Amino acid sequence: MAYDYEKSIRPGKLPHIWCPGCGHGIVMKGLIRAMDTCELDRKNTAIVSGIGCASRLPGYLDACTLHTAHGRAAAFATGVKMAKPEMNVICCGGDGDGTAIGGNHFIHACRRNIDMTYVLMNNYIYGMTGGQFSPCTPTGDLASTTPYGNPDPIFDISKLAIGAGATFVARTTAAHPREIDKLIVKGIQHKGMAIIEVIDDCPTTYGRRNKFRSVIDMMKRLKAEAVPVKAAAKMTAEQLEGKFLTGVLFEDTEKPEYTAQYADVIKKAQCA
Amino acid sequence: MAKKVALLQGNEACAQGAVYAGAKFFGGYPITPSTEVAEVLSVELPKVGGKFIQMEDEIAAMASVIGASLTGAKSITATSGPGVSLKQELIGYACIAEVPCVIINVMRGGPSTGMPTGPGQSDVMQAMWGTHGDHAAIALVPDSCQEIFTETVRAFNLAEKYRMPVQVLFDEIVGHMRERIEFPEPGELEVIDREAPSVGPEDYKPYDSTKGQVPPLADFGSEYKYHVTGLNKADDGFPTTKASLVDAEERRQIDKVMDNIADIESSEEYLTEDADVVIWAYGSTSRSARYAVNELRKEGVKAGMFRPITLWPFPAKRTAELAEQAKAIVVAEMNLGQMVLEVERVAKGNCVVAHEGRVDGDPINPGQIMDKVKEVL
Ligand SMILES: Cc1ncc(C[n+]2csc(CCOP(=O)(O)OP(=O)(O)O)c2C)c(N)n1
Ligand code: SF4
Repeated sequence: MAYDYEKSIRPGKLPHIWCPGCGHGIVMKGLIRAMDTCELDRKNTAIVSGIGCASRLPGYLDACTLHTAHGRAAAFATGVKMAKPEMNVICCGGDGDGTAIGGNHFIHACRRNIDMTYVLMNNYIYGMTGGQFSPCTPTGDLASTTPYGNPDPIFDISKLAIGAGATFVARTTAAHPREIDKLIVKGIQHKGMAIIEVIDDCPTTYGRRNKFRSVIDMMKRLKAEAVPVKAAAKMTAEQLEGKFLTGVLFEDTEKPEYTAQYADVIKKAQCA
Repeated sequence: MAKKVALLQGNEACAQGAVYAGAKFFGGYPITPSTEVAEVLSVELPKVGGKFIQMEDEIAAMASVIGASLTGAKSITATSGPGVSLKQELIGYACIAEVPCVIINVMRGGPSTGMPTGPGQSDVMQAMWGTHGDHAAIALVPDSCQEIFTETVRAFNLAEKYRMPVQVLFDEIVGHMRERIEFPEPGELEVIDREAPSVGPEDYKPYDSTKGQVPPLADFGSEYKYHVTGLNKADDGFPTTKASLVDAEERRQIDKVMDNIADIESSEEYLTEDADVVIWAYGSTSRSARYAVNELRKEGVKAGMFRPITLWPFPAKRTAELAEQAKAIVVAEMNLGQMVLEVERVAKGNCVVAHEGRVDGDPINPGQIMDKVKEVL
């Protein structure tokens, strides 16, 4: 039987704004399945995003949804979670939103290890504004502002998150839809900052410019470059050249979660 | 029973006022000369089950305050000019999304880093026009420690009542000055909580203004699910580009303030009934102005003082009346000419409007004001 996504979508909000073949829709379906698996009470769930094509996601979902300003999702979400720790907080947004303009908020939310799940859709580009390069556009690739090839080195989002102190970090791609919800479920169940990086595709502004003739070509690339962590363990550095790891990349269940730490502050203040 | 009294710094009085008003969330980033507001709230908020968080910068602080407020927590941040510059982006967000919050700006001088420990009053236009786009603003300018307490409470009341950001501007002098404060008893000052929705979750529209200019705001995490965005939106909270809806919403958000000026306005007048010259001054500068009025009266000059406590919306009506009555209005402020522009605008040439400004980090003293008065009379 077909999966019932409709019950999670706000009535009258479709069609969505995304282009045909855009990976963000695949991620949204994964998020819906994950929220269903975790039986999240939508009334008690805040879905917070920044600005960009990816950040339009919350508007379609039936929950407390907060579409903020470019890059600021993690900071708004921190306020929500601090003020009402009993709420489930999910952030989502693009690579530009999360790691360029929002980079500071992103790393500090990771450092605090505040309990939220951040689904970061990395399509290697600023889609909404027409394809300018982002901190995740591969070096040498074309974007509307790198007409001679991108001279910038990239951020590895997952490494960035691990380095900054997030306690659950996972990566998959839009070409592995079944893994998206599995990883988001783990992220939601994890007590602390969970980053789920989903490498997806923007056929309209990235694919076209970089000679991907179809969405299928883009998906093939994702499949070819993705290597599950287990498989990677048996591969040589040479074999891993040009690939990226997928699956759960990092998990730490020891580091205290931020709102729990603050609950202790309240206890101390009230005993003093 | 005798009232609880204390010798408090302005910034401390602000923090105590916030607790009195029922603040439950502070998100901030340290900056002189506002830091004590954060320090005191880091002590006091957890005692009442509230939350204090020091964010990574002022943009994040403002974001956290808006996020917290949406869950129903009365929320506040405190900063100074450079921090307000960073907050501007999200002050606009709080305006358009109509999220109540209080922003304290303990003003120092200069653009950029300026003089961190010196006083200034040069953020007064920023308080109105700092964020991009058309919007209304409410800004309060207390001149004493006691008034900082009461105006902080009033700022929360106005924020919750009109569902918008409210700024409290005090200069470094008032922020760091110590004065005796009488703590109001609980219930003595009015404390307003935001209006809860009168319809059930199925019918709730976060921007439905059919019952009034300020639609009730539901809490995130209650029975209500809704959408909040910084895009222009329809009454259901979802983005729209339909011209008539965008226009109506933008106007309503300004009208909800401008139609209620009588409720929002607050000012003090000192010997203005027969004044030939009115000194128009706010914040710490009004203390020198009051002294100057007394001295000038001794010398036979019919001087008076108008002191706005609500600076925005601008007290246009009363200022215009004074311009008709007096020969001159002298605007004294620690900047090179900001509120004087508004005074000139509403005076419409009915009297001389002069400016006495100062930006060297020293307060405007009474002698300086008196000299200016004598110059223009
Ligand atoms: C302060 C600010 N700066 C710039 C923009 C313009 N802007 C809107 S979306 C966007 C990039 C979005 O890219 P990304 O986050 O990667 O998401 P995508 O659109 O690719 O899904 C930019 C630069 C903005 N809205 N606000
Ligand atoms: S521009 Fe790119 S990211 Fe945006 S909707 Fe289209 S395909 Fe998706």
